[in-house]
Amino acid sequence: MSVGDTRIAPAAGPGGAGASAPPPRPVGGGRSGGPGGTLGSSQRRIFTVRKGLGLLAFMAPALIFVAVFIYYPLFAGGQMAFRNYNLNNLTDTSWVGLGNFRDILADPVFYTVLRNSVVWVVASLVPQFVIGFALALWLRRRFRFRGVYQALVFFPWAISGFLIGILFRWMFNSEFGVINDLLAKTGLIDQPINWLADPATAMVAVLIANIWYGVTFFAIMILAALQSVPDEMLEAAALDGAGRARTLFSIVIPYISVTLALTVLLRVIWIFNFPDIIYGMTGGGPADRTHIVTTWMIQTTQRGDYGRASALGLIVIAVLLVFTVFYLLAMREKGSKTR
Amino acid sequence: MIDTETRSARIVRFGFLGLWLLITLFPLYWITVTSFKAPGSIFSRPLTYWPTEFSLENYIGLFAKSQFGVYVLNSIIVSTVAATVATLIALLSGYVLSRFEFRSKGALMTAFFVTQMIPSFIALGPLYLLMTQLDLVDNRFGLILIYIAVCIPFSTIMLRGFFANVPDALEEAAMIDGCSRIGALFRILVPVMKPGIVAAFIFNFVNCWNELFLSVTLMNRDSNKTIPTAINGFISSFNIDWGPMSAAAVLTVIPTMVLFAFASRWIVQGLTAGAVKG
Repeated sequence: MSVGDTRIAPAAGPGGAGASAPPPRPVGGGRSGGPGGTLGSSQRRIFTVRKGLGLLAFMAPALIFVAVFIYYPLFAGGQMAFRNYNLNNLTDTSWVGLGNFRDILADPVFYTVLRNSVVWVVASLVPQFVIGFALALWLRRRFRFRGVYQALVFFPWAISGFLIGILFRWMFNSEFGVINDLLAKTGLIDQPINWLADPATAMVAVLIANIWYGVTFFAIMILAALQSVPDEMLEAAALDGAGRARTLFSIVIPYISVTLALTVLLRVIWIFNFPDIIYGMTGGGPADRTHIVTTWMIQTTQRGDYGRASALGLIVIAVLLVFTVFYLLAMREKGSKTR
Repeated sequence: MIDTETRSARIVRFGFLGLWLLITLFPLYWITVTSFKAPGSIFSRPLTYWPTEFSLENYIGLFAKSQFGVYVLNSIIVSTVAATVATLIALLSGYVLSRFEFRSKGALMTAFFVTQMIPSFIALGPLYLLMTQLDLVDNRFGLILIYIAVCIPFSTIMLRGFFANVPDALEEAAMIDGCSRIGALFRILVPVMKPGIVAAFIFNFVNCWNELFLSVTLMNRDSNKTIPTAINGFISSFNIDWGPMSAAAVLTVIPTMVLFAFASRWIVQGLTAGAVKG
């Protein structure tokens, strides 16, 4: 049956699939599904089967691609976590139970990496949120060239994280980097800082790059949320004599708090999983100081130890899952309290 | 917020906006200036902030010392084909998910959303083994297949949002006039949704253009490398040659910037639609 012959009736509503649908129209040529029943019930059943086939035909390409190239490797990766799977020695791929997990937990680097990941998420997210919020507030009022402005500050998004890492690696260069030069010119430092090689400053440098990159996202999301606040609410607040700060904290922020909380949640997950900038800038060094879980995972994969890398991946998923559940529970609790 | 703004508040506002614009654009400015300096003056102090000389030596060196033209061509082929096919496929799936109700719909949506959250590196190893079995390692076609799969979930979610803004009545009228469902989709809906479709295509294209870890894992031969993979090769050695590197960075960033500038409005719309409503 070609897709073009398939006619799919629009749904009557949630759960009412086909129940109140008009009788099927004859399909021109080709095979039509099954023997044509004349009884009402079987007719309806054939109709839903055909409708299902039609939907399936439309969905099939997407489902096949996602299943074969995303979900299959994911599940295969999941079981590799419990095996000895090293590209350098594929003769022995036996099951080792929790062996890979035990190795990871016994490795002191893992705890450094875990701590770095938390620093990476929190110290990126808070400034991104604050600057993004301020930008959004200031962008809410119309001004000439606002569209142009938005398109310009949007530009970091067109660049890959990896390349951003490289741009900032060049700017943080200790000898010929522009950042040291500017700091020296303004008199803030007299000695050039060896940003990326010094364990004390490397994390600061990668964080600055990530903050630079992520502010736009918050600005856009928060601006969209702000624009969803009805004008009448703000007018009423103004009539009641509420000042700008009061309006912001008592009216606007409560109104968009759910959107804000969900945006933060998505960002936590995303930043936790975002190795690109670090990979381009420091590769995790010096002395693992900028390694987060995902950059460490890449390094493990590149060494060929797929078993261990997969185990790390499962740990990441578990950590994020637990975090998400607690976060959502806390959100609900807070929501019920204010109500 | 509706009241009139005081003069000082206005100065603070535009001061902040201007400062952030400066901070945002400076890295791009700096890499561009670097790329047009003569190789000798990149590594000399004091640093010059304005290009006093305008040298193309870094660009010439980049194309002479590496097969950069080949990398660019590979990136164009892979990104264009993958983004086109993925957008077409997502058009169909986004249509179904916006117009019909069926039992497994919630599960499907979740399955698409989840792909955006899990660390993709867990799939990297098995994907390499799968491609080995299919004999598609180090093969542009193989990379295209994977990129299509990677692009589908998000563009489905995005296009579904755009479909939701178009009333059902439009295609129903066409179908009453004898149009088939797929005919109505392509002849009636696609023209109406052009901005959304272009945005989805550009979003996909830029993601493929920028993708690094999959192509590094799968592409080995120099003649098969995409631009990010090649740049990754440039930095593997300890000493980065910043002259050609800055030229490569500029050539990589410019096309995606231009595309994004065109579509930013609709991409923003696509991104915020789901989050704000949800």
